[in-house]
Order: sequence, then structure tokens, then C-alpha cells
Amino acid sequence: MSERIQLAHGGGGTLMQRLIETELRSLYADPSVVLHDAARLQLPHGGLAFTTDGYVVQPLEFPGGDIGRLAVCGTANDLAMAGARPLHLSVGLILEEGLELALLRRIVASLAAAARECGMTVVTGDTKVVERGKGDGVFITTSGIGLVECAAPIDPLAIAPGDQLLVSGDLGRHGVAILAARHGLDLQPPLFSDCAPLWPAVQALLQAGVRLHCLRDLTRGGLASALQELAVVRGLTLLVEEARLPVAEPVARCCEVLGFDPLHLANEGRFVAVLPAADMEAALAVLSPQGGAWIGEVPSSEAMRAATPEPPAGRVLLRTPFGSERLLLPLSGELLPRIC
Amino acid sequence: MVSDAARPGAGELVAERAAALAALVTRPWTLMEVCGGQTHAIVRWGLDQLLPPGLRLIHGPGCPVCVTPAATLDAAQQLARRPEVILCSYGDMLRVPGSSGGDLLGVRAAGGDVRLLTSPLQAIALAREHPGRQVVFLAVGFETTAPATALLARQALALGLTNLTLLTAHVRVPPAMEAIVAAPVEPSAGNNVVQGFLAAGHVCAVMGTAELEALVDRRQVPVVVTGFEPADLLAGLLACVQQLEAGQARVSNAYGRVVRQQGNPAARALLQRVFTVVDQPWRGFGPIAGGGLALRPPYDVLEARRRFGLGSGPTAELQQVREAEPAGPCIAGTILRGRATPDQCPAFGTACTPEQPLGAPMVSSEGACAAWYRYRR
Repeated sequence: MSERIQLAHGGGGTLMQRLIETELRSLYADPSVVLHDAARLQLPHGGLAFTTDGYVVQPLEFPGGDIGRLAVCGTANDLAMAGARPLHLSVGLILEEGLELALLRRIVASLAAAARECGMTVVTGDTKVVERGKGDGVFITTSGIGLVECAAPIDPLAIAPGDQLLVSGDLGRHGVAILAARHGLDLQPPLFSDCAPLWPAVQALLQAGVRLHCLRDLTRGGLASALQELAVVRGLTLLVEEARLPVAEPVARCCEVLGFDPLHLANEGRFVAVLPAADMEAALAVLSPQGGAWIGEVPSSEAMRAATPEPPAGRVLLRTPFGSERLLLPLSGELLPRIC
Repeated sequence: MVSDAARPGAGELVAERAAALAALVTRPWTLMEVCGGQTHAIVRWGLDQLLPPGLRLIHGPGCPVCVTPAATLDAAQQLARRPEVILCSYGDMLRVPGSSGGDLLGVRAAGGDVRLLTSPLQAIALAREHPGRQVVFLAVGFETTAPATALLARQALALGLTNLTLLTAHVRVPPAMEAIVAAPVEPSAGNNVVQGFLAAGHVCAVMGTAELEALVDRRQVPVVVTGFEPADLLAGLLACVQQLEAGQARVSNAYGRVVRQQGNPAARALLQRVFTVVDQPWRGFGPIAGGGLALRPPYDVLEARRRFGLGSGPTAELQQVREAEPAGPCIAGTILRGRATPDQCPAFGTACTPEQPLGAPMVSSEGACAAWYRYRR
């Protein structure tokens, strides 16, 4: 086999069969699954969660991860945010003609390892090859099925005044790792992406008896976008205490130099949890050891009315360490480094 | 913890200085923070909410994205459309609308080769990687970024690179400060009249304070060299109001941990070797005497306008920028000259947003309008 992907690898003929047999078969826990058109699944009784996502990251490999690991964790984490244990995964690969086979092998190995780490089995997949210049090395789409393991719905509409806001770890690592790799910034020591499965933390919260009103993983757009979406959907004000936001020193420094706000940077292994005040101690006992922290609350409607006569529905207020307040808005447009 | 500003102790220092300001102020004063980085910090940290009533801040023109002439951006877009050209610049510049409203990201989407650099020296690597192409670096910014451009020019010439040119639009801050205080006050300006300056700390870190001394001698206006952290900004405000209340006008340095009187001699020498001071159009202002820097011989062979026959230098675009305002409701020029605040613009937050900017101050996070939109709306 040539050391690069050729168009014929997607042509349905012998090259394609060999690619699947030698390079992709390792993805599948059950060797019989790729021999048929669809996977037959025996699912436990209960609520199911189903999600899908496409992955187009550049560079394909970055400090702390690669597109394969991202494609598993991203989809597994979306399931976890619905309170679902990740079970099964589909993997669609779109490869660009000329892709180095060694790179594909590394991505596939990483993808398989991440699936094992998430407790997921890859049950079906697809591979296509596009002409050189028509792709970006590798695109991956994954869909995932999970089993819902909590009785009350974890949903933005369950958010209630008086709820508390927690994050599961420090913010912005993935965003900085990617930006540094993309712009050739040689960070010393290098910063690693936070790309990781979130189900273990969610499961621990559920086992600790925490009533999770809502969960949201902090991916593109960072904490700012995630909170904004929740506030708008629920039509409530969220209040965040800036001094309590966990941001690691090197992330903060990098943001200062480039003019980024860590609250706009992507994360791939962090979530925000919204839960009743009575359960906060139990939740912090789970999340604090991994760097989680309390960051704010959903003020009661009386408190909001006292502060502003007619608070607009759905907004995120950020209280600075100096006691002043400002709106926390999602990023608009592309994240671009500033000039000086 | 998101920045130094949020370190333990910073809150107390800020509260202390805010209290000192409140005790000091006996009359309304209007000050201008010159640098966009300061504007961003003030609005981001809500520092204006901590000021005593009557003490107003208006935002200065210190945002390179905002003051680069539309004609320069037009030239950049024109070059970026040529198939042999790789046009590169800093991130913010890619989104600034030219005179027709289009930006470099739009040119890229239409097939132009537009690249984002974080250091001008990356242009050298690009030129070496692509010997068959013409690499054009859109070199903008104040005295803070000009030394890096000067370094690029020196290396390009020393290496004899024939496929690297610079489209320069570097600007100097003190002449713009002078233009702001020298301009006649229109009746529409209301209370938007600058009585004292918080000078841009990072510009002073390069240039020192001599140019500001000359400005104060001529114009009798207090100028305080000021930093960017919340406590630094309040220290600058305090020093400026102290002068105003005492009827004084001099240069004082409230950013001593970074700024020396002589600035950075090595960077200044480099600027002198590579650039010459020229009259330069500023977007929103029109031409400013001594307001810019142009490559001097022998470095002027690197000027992209010359290489591609677009005119001799930034001054060639002078005629096109007499009109200070873009068409329509946008009052970017008035805001850049300190004669209005963003909320006084009829288009602010409605017809003009960061997604659909009408004027340049809505583009960069350091532009006054974008800072207001992001944190205030």
C-alpha cells in the first residue's frame, strides 16, 4: 500500500477494502460490524440520548490531543450533558487525497483509545476520499447513542432562580493550545488541550445525589457563549463573579498578549453545571479536586428587580473584582489576535 | 483570576484610588484616555462606574485599526486580489471595511491569499517559502508596532529578498493629541472637550516623554503617562485631576514601572534609521501634520505602493481621505476626535454592530464603539 491516501482508497474497490481491513478494523470492538450495512444494537431499557457532530480542526494534531480524540470526546460529552452514559458511536471519515497514512494511523489509534476511555464502542462507520484540495486532511463526523441515567430532565428549562453556577475545571486551555499551534506561538512550557471525557464527572455528581438542573459543555465560544445560550433560552439573568473564574496562569498570560478573553476560548473537557443551592456542597466535593469552582448564581427575581426596574430577559452579568458590572456577551465573528 | 487586574490586593488599591479621586474632585472634568487598550480596560472592568459624578472619560483615537485610512485598506484589498500576491497583516486588520465596505476577509473568501501574522518577521519565512509569489505585509500601528516593522525592513533588505514588500501606514500619537486639542470646538461638541490626557503607556515605553513635553509647552494641557491595569488607570486619573484642580499643566508619569523618560533608545534609533516622519491621513481625522512614518531610503524600495505602482507613499492617499466620515449615519470620525461618545451615534448597536460594522471603531475590540458594544449595551 502507498504511504499516502489515494482517491482509489474511497473508490469501493480492493484498495478501499484493504484500507478498512488494515487500518480501520481496529476501531471496532466487534469485528463483524463492518461487514454489514448497519449495526444491530441491543439497548437497555430507559431514555436514550442521541447526538451528532462534525470535526474540522486544524492542526489535526495539537498539544494534548488530535482530531480523533476530539471527535470521540466531543460527541461523548454532548451525551453526558444530557445525563446519558455514552454507549455507541458511529465514525464517518472524509480523507483528502495525499493524506499521509502514518498520520491517519495515529488519528485512528487515538480515536480508538478515546472510545475505550469513554466506554463507547464504535458500531458503524463510513470512509470517503475527496480530491486533493477539496478537504483539509481529515474531516470526521461522529454520532453517539447514550443511556439516560437520571430521572429528572437535565435541561435549560429546568434552571430556576436561586440556582448556583459551577464550572468543572479551569477555562481556555484547548483554545490556547489550538491558537498557539495554528499561529506558531512557541509557548514554554507548552499548554495542553483539556480534551477529555466528561461522563465520569457527571456520573459522580449523579451518584452524590446532586440534582442537576442543567449541564452545558464549554466548547466553541467558551463559557461566554454557553452561559448566554442558557440565559436566553430560560429568559433569566445569570450573574458571574469574575474573581472566582478559574483560569490558569499561562492561559491568562497568553490571552493578555494576544488580546483574547479566556471566557471566549474553546474548551473540550469542561462543563458548567446549574444546580440548587442546597446541593452545592455535594457538587463542589466532586468537582473541586479536579479544579472545579463556584462561579456565580441565578439571582432571585426579587433581587434582580431591586437592582434594575425592568431587567431584560436572558442576559449574563459579570461582576468585576472591583464591584462594577458589565454584560458578558458571546464572541462576535472570528477570534483574531489584536495588533498591539 | 483572569488578569493581573484581578489579583489579590488589586481591588483594595482600586477602591482606595477611587475614594481619593472622589475626595479630590471639586468640579466636572473631561479627560481623554488616548489608547484603545485603555478604553478597552476601562469599559471591560467597569472603571467608569467607580468615578465620582462629573468626572468624564472620553475615548481617544489610539486604535490602529480605527485610524488606518480607508484608501490604504482599498490598496491592500486591491493587492490581495492579485494572484501572485500573499497579503499578510495582523488579525484585526482583516475585518476593517475599506471605502466600499468590503474587508480583507471578504477578499480571502473570494479566493485571495490573505494571511494572518502574529509577528511581522513571519513575513520573511513566508517570502522564503514562496519564492514565486509576492508577499505584501500591511504594516500598521503606532510607535509600539513600528519598531517591529523596522526590524522586518532591515532584515528584508539585508537578506536581499526581492519578493517581500511593505504597505506601510504607521502613525504617530503625539501629533494626533495635538490635533485634538488644537481643533476648534464645534457647538455640537457639548461637553466633549478634552481638558487632560491619559497618554498611552506603551507608546511612551518606546518613545519616552520628550514629545509630550513639547506638546504640553505648546498647548498647556495636563498629560499623564498611564498604564493599562485598573489600578494603573486610576493612578493616571488621580494624577491628571490633581493637576487640573491645581491649575497645572505638565507631563507626569504614572506608569513608572514601565516607562522611562528616554523611552527605549534602541527602538527609537531603529525607527530613526528606517522611517522618516511624514504628514499622514488618519481615518476620521483627515491629514495630520507629522502624523505618520514612511520608509526612508534605502528602505523605501520595500514600499509596496512603489513596487506595484500604487503611488509613492501613504501621502498619495491624502486626497481621498479629506472626507472624515463614512457615508450614512456613522459618526466614527467625531468619536475618534473625542467629540462624541459611541452612544451618541444614531447607528450604535442598531445599524452598526461588530458583525456589521459601519465604522472602524466597531471592528477592533480596542475601538471605542466595539468596547461599548461588548460591555455596555
